[in-house]
Amino acid sequence: MQKSLLIDPAKCTSCLQCEMACSLEHTGAFNPARSRIKIFEFEHGAQAIPYTCTQCAEAWCLHACPVEALTRNPETGAVELNESTCVGCKVCTVACPFGTINYVPETGKVAKCDLCGGDPKCAEACPTDAIVYVDAGWTGYDRMRDWAVRTHAEPRT
Amino acid sequence: MPRATEYVIVGAGPAGVIAAETLRGTDPEGTVVLLCGEDEPPYSRMAIPYLLTGGIGEDGTYLRHTDGHFQSLGIDLRIARAASVDPGKGEIRLEDGSSLPYDRLLIATGSHPARPPVPGMDLPGVESCWTMEDARRIADATKAGARVVLMGAGFIGCIVLEALAARGVDLSVVETEDRMLPRMMDDAGAAMIKRWCEGKGVRVLTSTAVESVMPAASGLQLSLSGGATLDADLVVCATGVTPNMAFLEGSGIETDRGIIVDDRLRTSRDGIFAAGDVAQGPDFSTGEKAIHAIQPTASEHGRIAALNMAGIDTPYRGSLALNVLNTLGLVSSSYGLWQGVKGGDRAVARDDDACRYLRLEFDGDVLVGALSLGLTQHVGVLRGLIQTKTPLGPWKDRLMHDPHLVMHAYLGRAQGAAVRARKV
Repeated sequence: MQKSLLIDPAKCTSCLQCEMACSLEHTGAFNPARSRIKIFEFEHGAQAIPYTCTQCAEAWCLHACPVEALTRNPETGAVELNESTCVGCKVCTVACPFGTINYVPETGKVAKCDLCGGDPKCAEACPTDAIVYVDAGWTGYDRMRDWAVRTHAEPRT
Repeated sequence: MPRATEYVIVGAGPAGVIAAETLRGTDPEGTVVLLCGEDEPPYSRMAIPYLLTGGIGEDGTYLRHTDGHFQSLGIDLRIARAASVDPGKGEIRLEDGSSLPYDRLLIATGSHPARPPVPGMDLPGVESCWTMEDARRIADATKAGARVVLMGAGFIGCIVLEALAARGVDLSVVETEDRMLPRMMDDAGAAMIKRWCEGKGVRVLTSTAVESVMPAASGLQLSLSGGATLDADLVVCATGVTPNMAFLEGSGIETDRGIIVDDRLRTSRDGIFAAGDVAQGPDFSTGEKAIHAIQPTASEHGRIAALNMAGIDTPYRGSLALNVLNTLGLVSSSYGLWQGVKGGDRAVARDDDACRYLRLEFDGDVLVGALSLGLTQHVGVLRGLIQTKTPLGPWKDRLMHDPHLVMHAYLGRAQGAAVRARKV
């Protein structure tokens, strides 16, 4: 069974370990600004929400890409970027209704969560289990899926 | 058993290619002929500027990268152009004189550059930047230091601007309207982009028309409104595009600015559909019929047209105007009804010196349009909030005071996160 990231904001202490681990994995340096998972703070830090791509079935980013730089990894289910194919046109960044694929000026390409090829470093780094990597059926991403359906330009048949 | 359905798709841009692939997936029994009007593998015009910057080779513009992709799917890809359509007989005639029968026809012929009625636009050295052939000629003519005049600072013009500047040419841009990007950006944002470009060494002349292009001792000379002249080795014309639908004359297919299609991407004639830049279809924001000549619309049109062609009834909620642009490192984007709606509210945050700008337009407590400059993180939620018509409730007031809280508002409302709007 494919696995997904399960995020429980109630357990998040905003320690940013996930952002550090993500940026280290993908850029080779601790640089939260380049992390593909982001912590959003509310009430001056009293509440925090970790947020990243859900690898949604609709995959607007993938369908909007003009050069087939985004493809789905059949093993992990993640939509992955082929950086050498990406031309940096950014159409995916405005097409994704979740805002989870972003342009990186430093590279001239976009970046998104790729589940680290099936071993997500954010979940590994999270000390409070606010981010865990579990069987896809367990994630309770229902709210995001609802959003996905409502945003869908192409109603399911 | 009924015979296999014959599908013909005219045009191998994104709409045509996605339609062909979708048809193969939904009606494996049918035959799919995909006509490509240029003698190239199906490619993305959008990628051509990146070819000119040297970021990719020609194969980097291809829509599909796997060898034998179309053949392996059973898509009959042919180099051919349509000359006319006879809906009564159910066939299209090709430019080589042959004809092709169809049960279901998709017109995805895209558009072509329109040149303004200015003397000299047919001279050698005046190019459009549209096809792979155009790109090759422009690449040849734009060695570093070449004097280049770009006519038109609309969306396509500005993408081309980026590519030309990257080639190290001496670049001037001439735009007849009073600002750059008149259909994508408001006065404030366009002024920042203009200043940014000028700061990078590009001459930008707005409210200026090219009145003629003449051969000169060396290259070309352009006469401008107001009496000034510009010398050029190359003129690149990016003054708009026109749908490719002249071949439909006499077909009875209803057209306006483009081919009129309904919410199933059907034209006015049975069995004939249209998609992409050539189609004038439902606009998500207004409910009217509009041409949105953008990649996401081409991709959605192609897929939905194909599903309906295959008999899977699939309504389309309409296309959303969406643009994103990089002008010499300054990223801008626009969404939906960014001009606002009557009786609606506007929230603006701007920092002219930093070239950062965010404008949100609301109808009641629903986001209906947005503009951004200098933002690259999470911009997609602007599309998400617009397209889901999410009521922002208490977050609307927060956004009126600080539009940059849009991501928080999105998490609070759309994701149902238990957070209070007043205490960010």
